[in-house]
Amino acid sequence: MNNMTDKFDKGNAAFIAKRYASERRFKAYGAVALAISVLFLAYVLIDIGLKAWPSFFEHSVVLDIKLDPAKIDASNVMKSDFDLLVKDNVRDMFPNVTSRADRKVLASLFSVGAADDLRTQTAANPGTIGSTVKTRALLADDADLYYKGSLFKIAKAPGKTDLRLTQSGEEFLVTGDVSELAAGEIIRAYVGAYRITSVEAGVAKAEALLTPTTLINTFVAGKYDVLSIATPESARRVDDKAVVWLEALAEKGIIEKHFAWRFFTSGDSREPELAGLRGAIVGSLLTVMMTLALSVPLGIAAAVYLEEFAAKNKWTELIEVNINNLAAVPSIIFGLLGLAVFINFFGLPRSAPLVGGLVLGLLVLPTIIIATRAALKAVPPSIKEAALGVGASHQQAVFHHVLPLAVPGILTGTILGVARALGETAPLLMIGMVAFIVDVPKGFSEAATVLPVQIYLWSDLPEVAFQSRTAAAIIVLLVILFCLNAVAIYLRKRFEKRW
Amino acid sequence: MIAWTLLIIAALTAVGFFVGRARAQVLRNAGAASLHSLPTYHGLLMASMGLVAASVAMLAVTLAAGPGSIVMPAAAALFGAAAIAASHPLITREFRARNRFEYLVKIVLIACSAVAILTTIGIVFSVLFESLAFFQQVSPIEFLFGTHWSPTSTPASFGFIPLLVGTLLITFIAVVVAGPLGLLSAIYMAEYASRRMRGVLKPMLEILAGVPTVVLGFFAALTVAPLIRNTGESFGLAVASESALAAGLVMGMMIVPLISSLADDIINSVPQALRDGSYAMGATKSETIKRVVLPAALPGIVSAFMLAISRAIGETMIVVMAAGLAANLSFNPLAAVTTITVQIATLLVGDQEFDSAKTLSAFALGFVLFCFTLVLNYIALRIVQRYREQYD
Amino acid sequence: MDASTQKTSETTGPRILAARDTKIVASDVNIYYGEKHAIKNLSIHIPDRAVSAFIGPSGCGKSTFLRAINRMNDTIDGCQVTGDILVDGKNIYDRDLDVVQLRARVGMVFQKPNPFPKSIFENVAYGPRIHGIAKSKTDLEEIVVNSLKKASLFEEVKDRLEHPGTGLSGGQQQRLCIARAIAVNPEIILMDEPCSALDPIASAKIEELIDEIRQNYCIIIVTHSMQQAARVSQLTAFFHLGTLVEFGDTDDIFTTPQDKRTQDYITGRFG
Repeated sequence: MNNMTDKFDKGNAAFIAKRYASERRFKAYGAVALAISVLFLAYVLIDIGLKAWPSFFEHSVVLDIKLDPAKIDASNVMKSDFDLLVKDNVRDMFPNVTSRADRKVLASLFSVGAADDLRTQTAANPGTIGSTVKTRALLADDADLYYKGSLFKIAKAPGKTDLRLTQSGEEFLVTGDVSELAAGEIIRAYVGAYRITSVEAGVAKAEALLTPTTLINTFVAGKYDVLSIATPESARRVDDKAVVWLEALAEKGIIEKHFAWRFFTSGDSREPELAGLRGAIVGSLLTVMMTLALSVPLGIAAAVYLEEFAAKNKWTELIEVNINNLAAVPSIIFGLLGLAVFINFFGLPRSAPLVGGLVLGLLVLPTIIIATRAALKAVPPSIKEAALGVGASHQQAVFHHVLPLAVPGILTGTILGVARALGETAPLLMIGMVAFIVDVPKGFSEAATVLPVQIYLWSDLPEVAFQSRTAAAIIVLLVILFCLNAVAIYLRKRFEKRW
Repeated sequence: MIAWTLLIIAALTAVGFFVGRARAQVLRNAGAASLHSLPTYHGLLMASMGLVAASVAMLAVTLAAGPGSIVMPAAAALFGAAAIAASHPLITREFRARNRFEYLVKIVLIACSAVAILTTIGIVFSVLFESLAFFQQVSPIEFLFGTHWSPTSTPASFGFIPLLVGTLLITFIAVVVAGPLGLLSAIYMAEYASRRMRGVLKPMLEILAGVPTVVLGFFAALTVAPLIRNTGESFGLAVASESALAAGLVMGMMIVPLISSLADDIINSVPQALRDGSYAMGATKSETIKRVVLPAALPGIVSAFMLAISRAIGETMIVVMAAGLAANLSFNPLAAVTTITVQIATLLVGDQEFDSAKTLSAFALGFVLFCFTLVLNYIALRIVQRYREQYD
Repeated sequence: MDASTQKTSETTGPRILAARDTKIVASDVNIYYGEKHAIKNLSIHIPDRAVSAFIGPSGCGKSTFLRAINRMNDTIDGCQVTGDILVDGKNIYDRDLDVVQLRARVGMVFQKPNPFPKSIFENVAYGPRIHGIAKSKTDLEEIVVNSLKKASLFEEVKDRLEHPGTGLSGGQQQRLCIARAIAVNPEIILMDEPCSALDPIASAKIEELIDEIRQNYCIIIVTHSMQQAARVSQLTAFFHLGTLVEFGDTDDIFTTPQDKRTQDYITGRFG
């Protein structure tokens, strides 16, 4: 009697199994699709984060410098030649670096702004003139990258056996157990370094990279290093001599790695190690202020009118269609608008936060209007009716009762609009915010740049160090955006009223 | 000067408010009959009079004599004060200050709403105007049908086709990536995921949507493009370092949240009654989705795709950083192509003379781009509108 | 006692049960929606090839129990069913029971007609397609035509089978839904207030249809209208606040109800 179980079970068991298999596959496709998206996001964030991490730290050399009163003008400390003081100090550390070319390379290991710290600290404490002070001298980007290990692979092994060194003419001969040595490798102790040119029949020939003051004839086991670098010298930014000097400095223990506050406190620069985000951050701030000043009042006013006061006729429908379309127009078109109308027609200053704010304000306006309208719509009509019932005018009912209740939604929409404006790049490129701006802008009509444009500009620069800095700037931008969004979500949750 | 003028205007407005309100309060306290409007409204109205008069004066002086003139603050002060004085005798018991004030407010609100229209008009006019200037120098036929784009060489050629092909190629790759991923993600989240999972996954997609395009461009140029190049070369293929594939892939991932959230809304708006009807027939969940829900949601999904395509076409930063600059007429995803937006960006960055064909060509491109996206967006939004009406 | 061969019932003893096989047996069924106890200790024997009507005031649980028979409650979060519901002797809440197959055996017609946004043909062909019932295209066409005929709809739509099902009138849509349910050849048809969204003429047509097809199916109809229950059903169950108060032959229930609550409801004391 059980036609329940036998009617479908027999012939169709395979068919049913196929159907369920298809069900499982379909569900899996969806899960995989989501996984891909999430993994992509993770990949982007981790990849950029790893690239960015080194830029938050920088290397400096700690120097003891005698502030010779003869060389410093006490009445005008800032203009005194501190660069020379630093250079001389470094040169004294390497007395055997004599040729002009070598000296130039040695000096180039230090940043152009290496003496800045000394300058500022002396100007703040003029009483120290005459004594010896400690200061940090910033290293140039290549030296900095060297210490971070980002430039090339270098294998450092302490020497295992004693080596004897003899000079024959210009060349040097290394004897002892040279079986492990190869051409191109460098044997280095603090006092001197030699590069192997050839190894044959138990004797290695070498040339001097760093000549010691007194000739040494033995490299004692454990007291020297053997350096081998895979990349040929011609393909490197730091040549063998520079490597030796940098290793010497490190061995002396005066290299300090510290947090790069300067990344946040200085403006842009052609030198990667001196380039900072301050100008871009201030520029972004000014531009966003301008954007808000334009789009929030206009947006709320327009939304209130359209939602509460406008008659439902052809014109308001046209405006609504218009706003929805504007919300989807590519951002670069707004840049064209800004260029043609604000800069060309009205003659406003290029690259200024004023114009940037106007352009972004128009860009963000539709979003704010739509968000405000949604917030107004969510307020129950009973509240407005109650207000009208006690004799309030329509405007009074809206402005005293409905609008205040819609504020959380409006706030959320505004914050999201700001987040969008902060990340926009293309329209600002159009209106000229691409120039190299070193100074931090002080007003709305001074030339400035914004964070995303700074990222774009840095990404184009050839120096390897700028790649990491671009990534670091991206991380700063993402952190700011993340905080904004978190605030928006928090506000939404906190004020979400269940009517 | 501007700062001083603004300060004077602000001061006048405040003065107008207090004077007006005070006078109204005096009236109220004096007699037995009550005022029509609250003193506050009298104050607001007088303040508005002062504000409007002073602002108009300021604008007039700016247009006539430029922004630095000392006449500006003086004129603002004069006209503002005059307006306040003139409106003083108007304050009587019967005077309907509130109505007048609310009328002013209404006008302000209408003006603000008009800004949206003004913006569109501004866009259309500015882009159109410059485009027409361009078409006076270069024939539209040559532009629309030319196959060689080289605005910086002499003689310059302005053939649009390579840009169109490049744009469509990258857009195609992006949509091929984003379409299935976005749609399947939306289906999973709408039909299969538990509320907790949804609570975790939806924010993640929103985060992806919030990543600025310059960041994705950086990622595409520095990580994805070399990866594709190395992979391609290990297979013996010739891959450009700025391949369309790299830009298209990253752009696709950028669009996934857009398609996903639109599709999610649409799928959720399909009435449960249809699903119930299918389940009651003994259909599995995937059968219900494939045969009932998706066909019912089809117009909305098509509309979502159109919006995604429009977004991809208008995207700038990812392609500027990861796609090529040379106009290369090619359908090969491994080659370097350039897009409309890249050309607009590169032609206008830096100093330009506003009557050279080179600069104007950017506006012509902008005009084409605007029309394209406008049509796509309009159709997509109409479809969604009509679709919503069907189920409400 | 073997439920599948039970011909007499020890509960309230409807006469009709004696003449027919029992199709559905519920024992001590409790249904919860979260905290709410919607069905309390329900036990009932529903016979085959007859129309059983569930009546009772709003919110008394009749639809809830109906939906438990084809396990449509599974789609609702937080719904819990305890006790046994046996169809042809097999417990449908068994772990190894395939819900998909159950629903092919137990058809459902909803309160508001819900044809798919497809053509009339495709609406009816949906069930046979997914269950792979039709072996060929002609087979499928035959099934569709037969179902439409059985649902008394064929004559009205035979010229426009490719037209959308949503283009029909309310009554026609409901008959389409019935045809759709019939197409997979179920044994049980559940109807949840099928006429409440229809005008009187369309309702009458549906009632006529039910009368025609009841020889071949076990039909359970939930209805708000006592008059409809009296017209259409052979057995009636009265539900009140989640409890089955009385179940018996329709004539008996409406002329000589045993329980005071049943009497009060029938005479209109409460609704």
